[in-house]
Amino acid sequence: MGKRIGMEVAVAVAEAVGLCNIDMAAVYPITPQSHIAEHLSDLVADGKIDAEFVTVESEHSAMSAVIGSSGAGARSYTATSSQGLMYMHELLPIASAMRLPITMAIANRAVSGPLNILNDHSDIMPQRDSGWISIFVENGQESIDMSIIAFKIAEHKDVMLPVNINIDGFQLTHMVEPFEMPTQEEVNKFLPPFVPHATLHPAKPVTMGAFAMSDYFTEIMKAKDEALKNSKKVILEVWDEWAKLFGRSYKPVETYKADDAEVLMLTMGSMGETAQMAIDELRAKGIKAGLVKLRLWRPFPFEEIKAAIKNAKKLIVTDRANSFGGPGGPVFSEIKSALYAEVQRPLIYNYIYGLGGRDVPVGDFTGMFEKVLADTANKQADTYEFWGVRE
Amino acid sequence: MALKTWRELPIGCVVSEPGSASEYHTGSWRSQRPIWDNKKCIKCGICYVFCPEGCVQQTEDGFFVANMDYCKGCGICAHECWPRAIAMIEEG
Amino acid sequence: MNIVENFDLFAPRLINKKELLSSGHRACSGCAEVLAVRLMAKALGDNTVIASATGCMEIVSSMFPTTAWEVPWIHVAFENAASVASGIEAGLKALRKKGKIDDRYVKVVGMGGDGATMDIGFQALSGAMERGHDMIYVCFDNEAYMNTGIQRSSGTPMGASTTTAPAGKVSSGQKTWKKNMPEIMVAHAIPYVATVCPSYPLDFIRKMEKAKSIKGPSYIHCFSVCPTGWRCPSQMAVSMGRLAIETGVFPLYEVENGHYRLSPDMPKKLKPIKDYFKGQGRFRHLSAEEIDKIQEKVTVEFNKLKEKEKFLKIGN
Repeated sequence: MGKRIGMEVAVAVAEAVGLCNIDMAAVYPITPQSHIAEHLSDLVADGKIDAEFVTVESEHSAMSAVIGSSGAGARSYTATSSQGLMYMHELLPIASAMRLPITMAIANRAVSGPLNILNDHSDIMPQRDSGWISIFVENGQESIDMSIIAFKIAEHKDVMLPVNINIDGFQLTHMVEPFEMPTQEEVNKFLPPFVPHATLHPAKPVTMGAFAMSDYFTEIMKAKDEALKNSKKVILEVWDEWAKLFGRSYKPVETYKADDAEVLMLTMGSMGETAQMAIDELRAKGIKAGLVKLRLWRPFPFEEIKAAIKNAKKLIVTDRANSFGGPGGPVFSEIKSALYAEVQRPLIYNYIYGLGGRDVPVGDFTGMFEKVLADTANKQADTYEFWGVRE
Repeated sequence: MALKTWRELPIGCVVSEPGSASEYHTGSWRSQRPIWDNKKCIKCGICYVFCPEGCVQQTEDGFFVANMDYCKGCGICAHECWPRAIAMIEEG
Repeated sequence: MNIVENFDLFAPRLINKKELLSSGHRACSGCAEVLAVRLMAKALGDNTVIASATGCMEIVSSMFPTTAWEVPWIHVAFENAASVASGIEAGLKALRKKGKIDDRYVKVVGMGGDGATMDIGFQALSGAMERGHDMIYVCFDNEAYMNTGIQRSSGTPMGASTTTAPAGKVSSGQKTWKKNMPEIMVAHAIPYVATVCPSYPLDFIRKMEKAKSIKGPSYIHCFSVCPTGWRCPSQMAVSMGRLAIETGVFPLYEVENGHYRLSPDMPKKLKPIKDYFKGQGRFRHLSAEEIDKIQEKVTVEFNKLKEKEKFLKIGN
């Protein structure tokens, strides 16, 4: 069994990555990802990781460099946040189209403007359609577990896709938490060596990233869609294997007191823990409240999400980003679309909250439930609002 | 050549047949072709060096010929051949 | 006749016979850039991995599901060939060190056009060179965005008419001097910088081989005549490149650890630039006064280069 330790989450993520025998990391510093970058470079500097650490001049080059190294057959890692992720944006669909199993931690942070260094999900949401596997973590333990698991999922022969792990910036990355760090032996047993599907090496010359016209483009997009959808099977298998080895189980959708709940709330990321406290308070008052936590954002777990929410009368979808001039939060529109064909479905409310690091205490979550319960005429259903905005 | 279905595509669209572009014959673009006069040719190979297509080859007797499957008729070989051993003639 | 003066080669004996860029590529007829790429591949040989920027050379050589390349090759995007190459270099280094791949020495090469190098990929290139990766970057400079239709770049020379800096009633085409990219690379204090042109194939190959032999970053700036974009006949592509060198518009030189050497191919006395301009449609609108102004700049720049060679000669 691994050691129980207390450590800052960002540092622990770098420690966990350090157990994964990476060959190459290219990282550009950005708050609040920088502690991951710094600690990884410490591990390389101390010879604890036998890897090339490339201090690129931008996030665009960070992603470019790991595309190159992954193409060469090297296990490759990067981490970024906010503007850095936006700067990488162009390259994300290229990495997935090339089926390069890069793993990337994202210390989620608000996107400018105005400049803001604190947490929300406006950086990852614009990357939704990039063809990456996208996972949201809730706490420190999950951050390190997923950092290790991501390599196994990404590099599985039936997957070969890049994975991003979303760790709420500051709210999670900079917390000191107790957790269990797997040992090197345990990780070695869990994570097989990377066997690439093709490599840039003269032993067998290949061309990667060839130019495709309309005669092939549709087929290539279809193949990419199928690859991402099919990855779910492997994701579930790998999570099950992890549960057997380490006793910590992960599912695409987790629920808390949801079975008999009349009103459900859906969260992603670190807010789940606070929301859970709100559920307990409401339950103590006799309100049948429950929580649904969405861990797997892509591939989207349609079946699991439907099963988790179908019996509720009302569902509060919380979003930490907005689609400006659109239907509301991106999670909201996704859930609505998932439920469109269901005969039995809850009324859905959408609160956009916790933007740019705004604190969301337990009372805000209970407040959302109270507001929804007070809407007896269902007038606010199917709408979105900015929670706590000063009018 | 039948186009592949999406299921038949290689992972990541990796092309694993080096030089397979040679399936495509650019010779059809040509409006003029080079003709070598071997009496003037000094076998220097400048036509081979300067061919953007890489389609000028040396034969066993040391003279040069262009592979008409690929020659686009640019005329560089004729223009650069200092003994004037290559002439460009209209296709037709 | 200059062609005879330059003709010190009986070429097939001196050049790697193996074609590493196959026929069937879709470059325009008479493209001197693809000729340069072909010569580059010959000079570098099999143990090469190439990362290419988006551009003419990428499009014409990699029409899915086929490829013209016989060496490992990757294209990712427009502005990042240097960073992709740096990643490949780092990846291969790690894998070789860990014994996961055979221990042969593989040279990693980034390549892009003038737009990909001097404009949009400038930062990525600067970063890769500064970090000291063991790689070569080759800029194939045809002096405009040819793939998108002859738009001006920072590599476009003063006075050239392009589709975004056209000659018009009140404009004489490009209003700015060409960015001196080789000197910017020299300022990165990398071990080797050289200018080449496929019109001088032996000089070209020698410099490419030199770059290959250097452990560390090197930069090659290749002058690549584009008959389509420059509006000159396709058969003139090689001779036009020669004229650029003979007029001093594009001097051939190399810089080893900050020390300069002009190529022996450079003439003692430069030809007037009008000899070079007259064969190209892109310069046709220029007045005698405008040509004089450009001539003055070319002369000054060439003299500066000779001064640098005098005071910072290779071997000193």
